[in-house]
Amino acid sequence: MTTCPVPLDAPTVRRAGAGLRGLATTDVERSERLDLMRSGALGSVHSWELVTAVDGPGTRMTVFLSGCPLRCVYCHNPDTLAMKDGGPVLADDLLARIERYRGIFGATGGGITLSGGEVLMQPAFAARILRGAKERGVHTCLDTSGFLGANATDEMLDDTDLVLLDIKSGDEETYQHVTGRPLAPTLAFGRRLAERGVPVWIRFVLVPGLTDDPRNVELVAEHAAAIEAVRPGTVQRVEVLPFHQMARDKWAELGRTYELEGTEPPTAEATEAVREVFRSHGLTTY
Amino acid sequence: MTVQEERTTATSAAWEGFVPGPWCDTVDVRDFIQRNYTPYTGDGTFLAGPTERTTALWARLSAMFPAEREKGVYDVSYDVPAGITAHEPGYIDSASEIIVGLQTDAPLKRAIMPNGGWRMVEGALDTYGYPVDQDLKKVFTEYRKTHNQGVFDVYPPNVRAARSSHVVTGLPDAYGRGRIIGDYRRVALYGVDELIAAKKLDKLTLDVEPFSESVVRAREEHAEQIRALGELKEMAASYGVDISGPARTATEAVQWLYFGFLGAVKEQNGAAMSLGRTSTFLDVFIERDLAAGRLTEAQAQEVMDDFVIKLRIVRFLRTPEYDALFSGDPTWVTETIGGMGTDGRTLVTKNSFRMLQTLYNLGPAPEPNMTVFWTADLPQGFKDFCSQVSIDTSAVQYESDDEIRAAWGDDAGIACCVSPMAIGKQMQFFGARVNLAKTLLYAINGGRDEVSGKQVSPAVAPVPEGQPLDYDDVRARFDKTMDWLAATYVEALNCIHWSHDKYAYERLEMALHDKEVLRTMACGIAGLSVATDSLSAIRYATVMPVFDDRGVVVDYVTEGDYPAYGNDDDRADEIAVELVESFMAKVRTHKMYRDALPTQSVLTITSNVVYGKATGNTPDGRRAGEPFSPGANPMNGRDTHGMLASALSVAKLPYADAQDGISLTNTIVPSGLGRTRQEQITNLSGLLDASFGSGGYHMNVNVLVRETLEDAMEHPENYPQLTIRVSGYAVNFVRLTREQQLDVLARTFHGAI
Repeated sequence: MTTCPVPLDAPTVRRAGAGLRGLATTDVERSERLDLMRSGALGSVHSWELVTAVDGPGTRMTVFLSGCPLRCVYCHNPDTLAMKDGGPVLADDLLARIERYRGIFGATGGGITLSGGEVLMQPAFAARILRGAKERGVHTCLDTSGFLGANATDEMLDDTDLVLLDIKSGDEETYQHVTGRPLAPTLAFGRRLAERGVPVWIRFVLVPGLTDDPRNVELVAEHAAAIEAVRPGTVQRVEVLPFHQMARDKWAELGRTYELEGTEPPTAEATEAVREVFRSHGLTTY
Repeated sequence: MTVQEERTTATSAAWEGFVPGPWCDTVDVRDFIQRNYTPYTGDGTFLAGPTERTTALWARLSAMFPAEREKGVYDVSYDVPAGITAHEPGYIDSASEIIVGLQTDAPLKRAIMPNGGWRMVEGALDTYGYPVDQDLKKVFTEYRKTHNQGVFDVYPPNVRAARSSHVVTGLPDAYGRGRIIGDYRRVALYGVDELIAAKKLDKLTLDVEPFSESVVRAREEHAEQIRALGELKEMAASYGVDISGPARTATEAVQWLYFGFLGAVKEQNGAAMSLGRTSTFLDVFIERDLAAGRLTEAQAQEVMDDFVIKLRIVRFLRTPEYDALFSGDPTWVTETIGGMGTDGRTLVTKNSFRMLQTLYNLGPAPEPNMTVFWTADLPQGFKDFCSQVSIDTSAVQYESDDEIRAAWGDDAGIACCVSPMAIGKQMQFFGARVNLAKTLLYAINGGRDEVSGKQVSPAVAPVPEGQPLDYDDVRARFDKTMDWLAATYVEALNCIHWSHDKYAYERLEMALHDKEVLRTMACGIAGLSVATDSLSAIRYATVMPVFDDRGVVVDYVTEGDYPAYGNDDDRADEIAVELVESFMAKVRTHKMYRDALPTQSVLTITSNVVYGKATGNTPDGRRAGEPFSPGANPMNGRDTHGMLASALSVAKLPYADAQDGISLTNTIVPSGLGRTRQEQITNLSGLLDASFGSGGYHMNVNVLVRETLEDAMEHPENYPQLTIRVSGYAVNFVRLTREQQLDVLARTFHGAI
């Protein structure tokens, strides 16, 4: 396993925020917290939700982990960027809640989705949750940019039923501009998933003036098709997500400069045209 | 041949092809259904669209609706007191109607029903600009006592005080109580003569019982029931239909059944005038005609469509004050559909589908109030059809078949929104509800009203000044105040139903019940989420009371976070559970009129807005006048973990202590259910399975279309929890700025999320 390129940062002890209701937060000492995080017994969690149809199949418990190595200019969860801002949650407590929802996952064909932030910032914690979920017969899904794909061990991927892989841009330069990081790790992770037979849903956020250049779009589609080519059937669907302005207030609340203050969402026609680009590569696209 | 034999011959001809059983010898509709119905486990592909006739008839009516909405009423029969035979026959278009009969002599023309109270009649006539007939006024104010007058003759002062301070609210003391479902199917299966004969027999047994007030009352009620059945026959005859014997065809069965219901809504303007559980019963007649080649699928659907057209135009004359409580001119013609039988067979038939299909053939509408009894065991084809109809129309509500069947059997139906009852065997004394949030404020204020400053509940010292509220202290005070509330409330309900039975007895509806009826005293609570969150705030955060110069606590400074009801967080949810249990326990200690079985609901309908208006600032941070969440819903915006987590909190409320129902309303956007239509249908069915499988009792499912969001922008108070999900991020629609709402509108309906 490669070392984590971003260091762990223990969450500050605080009263459970609105997003963590129903989940116990622990109040162990900071030094002990870091040890627990390294072992995966403790995670920094922003919030959880029971959602339908947006973060994988059926009704899912989506857990948003705190901390992200990317700095996407269109980030719609900027409040999950810093690991220290999350609530300290023990893996066992989270697994107890997953256990509680087993019946619901069964009834709805759902499961759990680990999202963020970036789930692979806390690989040991994620691995524990995935293992615990599989032991309970629960469908598992990772929602990731893939930038830290190297943090995912083979054992961890064996416990993953589906990966929502966010390819934020196809063109290297655009990717750098959008995220502040290189594209290559994401593509390598996609190929690795295909090789290991892990099903993938590719996601692409369409932002006018930022990611909608036809060449950029075409390249994303080509990358997706390349992953599919490694093992046909890997890319089960592509989701083109139109940019929205609903995170504007969150940026303002956090006191951060928001580059996309004046950006309008793409038109329905433009979004549909981009979907057609993916479809022309033989990919099922929504 | 004797008269008796002649009737038997006619009856056996009408019953030809039906499997006989105990239902042939005594009035037992359930037994008839169980022996004769055909469960259907397929999908909706067999269904037929509307005929030209149906479309034209509906268009003719629809053209009258704008004028009605504009003025509030289309027309009023202002000088004829309502009754089963009071009005001449009326038609929409006599040449093309298949099922006939209107409440008055013209469609949408409302009747006056003074037995409930003259003031309500006069108020409504004044409001809509109709003359008040002075002779009638004299009759109903000087000669004939009304229900309203009767109640106020017997209300004690403590009830009056609680009523005028709005801690006890919405009581049916000036209007018809409703929520009684006649078993209208009996009219079709047996014909009116048999029903009269059976009632006469019941009365004979009463004649030999020794005197007691209840025996004499029962004799008088039976005499009234028999008279009402006679009038029902007469009314049908005025339309040229003889309903003395059983219905012989499917069309007749629908017509006979409808006449029974029509008789009830001609005479009673109960708050909810529900239909019962008729679709599967009618399916037996339809199947028989289909098999005999007497009817095609298109014709069967056409009859159901025509029936539903009639159910959609039931109207009552009401005052603006009433409308403020129950907005949208509701009549709650609730029809119960689906469910499973106690023998494990599904009660879903093809006619369950036809009933729902009317929402396509005639377009969506709130009435009849389509209510599906849901359980995981329902056939998948039916589940998916229901989900599809919900997605397309938002016009279906769901109730827990498992809870209701276990408590009331497999021939129960819903009255109004969530009140279950065994059809023809059970009725309820509708009791509206008390304001639990305001009661908590009384507890804090030593019994003084936080708005008026008046002493309403017994005086005790208010909470101490200058220190935060102590949970144990407030909870103990609340407990004492709830004792007072339960006593006052039950007293009010006893007065009301005593009077209603005397002055506005539902003779036809009760004629379509058994002799021995289970009566429930249906109490109710409003403001559960506000009271729960307030107690949670006092327990888990720091709440400082703010006193005004009258020494009344009028505000609270709440510091820190607290677990809120609606997030599947046991810390908050157990408070809600405990409140439901403890108030029910208190109600149960009191004597009930007619030895009714006390129950309660957690339901507000649309009155949550009015109750909120009458309630001051609360410790949970809610501001004075702000609406409560509807029914058992968590407070707007505090359920931050998704719709299902919210439903799971509500599902913890114990049905055993809320046997009159627990209401939950949810709103979803179609794209929040999946990328494809099939995915949306599957996911909604899964959500319903998950919710009811976790102990949920009820779910109102709104799947929004563009118009609804637009309406929500204009009337945000009606959409307290409309949540828009955008992958990984949820927002409360009504909290968005107008600009953002427009953004969502564009996004939701022009592009996928």
